[in-house]
Amino acid sequence: MSSIDDQTFDPPTSNGVTPQAPGRVRLRTEPLPGVIGSPAATESAAESHFHVAPEAVFEAEGVGIFYGSKQALIDVNMRIRRGQVTALIGPSGCGKTTFLRSLNRMNDSVSGFRIEGSINYHGHDIYGSNVDTVEVRRRIGMVFQKPNPFPKSIFDNIAWAPKNLGMRQGLHERVEKALRGAALWDEVKDRLKDSALGLSGGQQQRLCIARAIAIEPDVLLLDEPASALDPIATGAIEDLIHSLKGRFTIVIVTHNMQQAARVADRTAFFSLETRGEKPIGTLIEFDETEKIFGSPRDPRTRDYVTGRFG
Amino acid sequence: MSPFRRRDPSQDFDPTQPLVATGNLRRRHAVSRVIQGLAVAAAIAAVAVLVIVVWAVVSHGAKAISWDFITKPAPEGVGPNLVGTGVIVGLATLMAAPFGVLIALFLSEYSGKRSTRPVQLLMDVMNGLPSIIIAVFIFALLVAHKGQAGWKASVALAIIMVPLIARGTQEVLRLVPSHQREAADALGVARWRSVLTIILPAALPGIVTATLLSVARAAGETAPLILITSLAPGDSFQLNPLHAVPNVPVRIFQLSEEANPEGFTEAWGLSLILIAFILALGLGSRYLLNRSKRKMTR
Repeated sequence: MSSIDDQTFDPPTSNGVTPQAPGRVRLRTEPLPGVIGSPAATESAAESHFHVAPEAVFEAEGVGIFYGSKQALIDVNMRIRRGQVTALIGPSGCGKTTFLRSLNRMNDSVSGFRIEGSINYHGHDIYGSNVDTVEVRRRIGMVFQKPNPFPKSIFDNIAWAPKNLGMRQGLHERVEKALRGAALWDEVKDRLKDSALGLSGGQQQRLCIARAIAIEPDVLLLDEPASALDPIATGAIEDLIHSLKGRFTIVIVTHNMQQAARVADRTAFFSLETRGEKPIGTLIEFDETEKIFGSPRDPRTRDYVTGRFG
Repeated sequence: MSPFRRRDPSQDFDPTQPLVATGNLRRRHAVSRVIQGLAVAAAIAAVAVLVIVVWAVVSHGAKAISWDFITKPAPEGVGPNLVGTGVIVGLATLMAAPFGVLIALFLSEYSGKRSTRPVQLLMDVMNGLPSIIIAVFIFALLVAHKGQAGWKASVALAIIMVPLIARGTQEVLRLVPSHQREAADALGVARWRSVLTIILPAALPGIVTATLLSVARAAGETAPLILITSLAPGDSFQLNPLHAVPNVPVRIFQLSEEANPEGFTEAWGLSLILIAFILALGLGSRYLLNRSKRKMTR
């Protein structure tokens, strides 16, 4: 099984994440659609990587998102590259969180949600008819704005998902690795049995990141992960994002432009554009972070990043 | 006319007057006091009824209570009845709790808006169903021509308990923060696993409370028991629910029908035991519920 894994173009094994439990390797090589495990399916997964440039994790084409009759986002075209940090910035209500949540189908449970266009993940349509949302989220993890640890012990918070995904082998090592990965191990190693709710806000958020990386996803989506934290805790989260770069593809939504400039390889600027009657979230510019903050092509981007809104 | 000049313009309004009630303010205060008084009186009356009932039961029943009364079989004691009620209600709880919790899970975790409301309404209607109707239904279904049995009474009590457990559990499931469901979803774990390992554990104290409250309600239900398990003499312990099982409500009913005054005292005594049990259960479970609510919403 692991030899197949080495030969495919699947990203996680080629970027140095060690495959541990056999179950985990199997999960990796499977294509997204429900026809899991058949050789034909594995082939088509490998094949599709030839058509898509290998570094693209997400390819959004003509994405429009509606909540009921209200359109939140229009015509987003974006290629998110593997192993990089991509930041989504823009004013409130411009649809950046909406776009982020549509990348792992967290919006499915919002009533009235509708999407047009396509979002491909390693060449597979995320909204394809036979795609299992649970499998999508198993590969594309998410960390939310407000730290949301489970009311369990620190250890159980991390171990919960691996346990429920059948990764029971080497659970302690996995928990330690995840906590080290989230730069939290030294602070909590002596009180793993304590409730996670006793941690500070910044520690809780790093715990949530540790919880997300414990199942070694391919992508991490961070929805304003530092907005509820003080500057010191924010700094710790940013350091953490730097250290996770390369191992995971990271997409981060942030209100804080300096934060985007500090952590992101590429930055997308969203804004509200009036089309017809109502303002709709629009992707204005997507480029290398230095370009966005140094020499943006679009005057609206320049106005926003220099603090002149308009 | 300006909205600021609502006072009769012919009446002189002097803002330097002392700040005492003037005009019809005195009458409005009086009406206010009367309404307040009625509300307070109604509240006191409600509490008074409970106090009078408890006091009557204690004062009449206390002299019947003794160790022999609690442990011995009829005619001296009510031991078999206490144990029998425990068997019937225990069995009913085993039947009703899984049903009730599953219904609550359906309502809070799985159903859409369109199916939540009718099912919820149905639960509330079921909750208000007179127990005699459930009794007659079970009698016709299971007892007529087939004979009485304790488990049949348990079925009837379970029907009474299910909506109580379901609605109570639903209320506490609603208190489990939605961000915890979101966190579980975002980790790629199937929904039933998060329900089983995150949501239910968080709501467990509340579920226990809802169940205890329904036990308190079921323990005192009389109508189903009279129709379904009343032909047990109570002169021996009967633990087998396949037979008619002696129980508390029916014994109270029978004792109070007896011609001799001693039977009446015993009826009071047994009532005292029942009411003490129900009060303890009700107060205890509410305390538990409040404590867990505080924990969950913190």
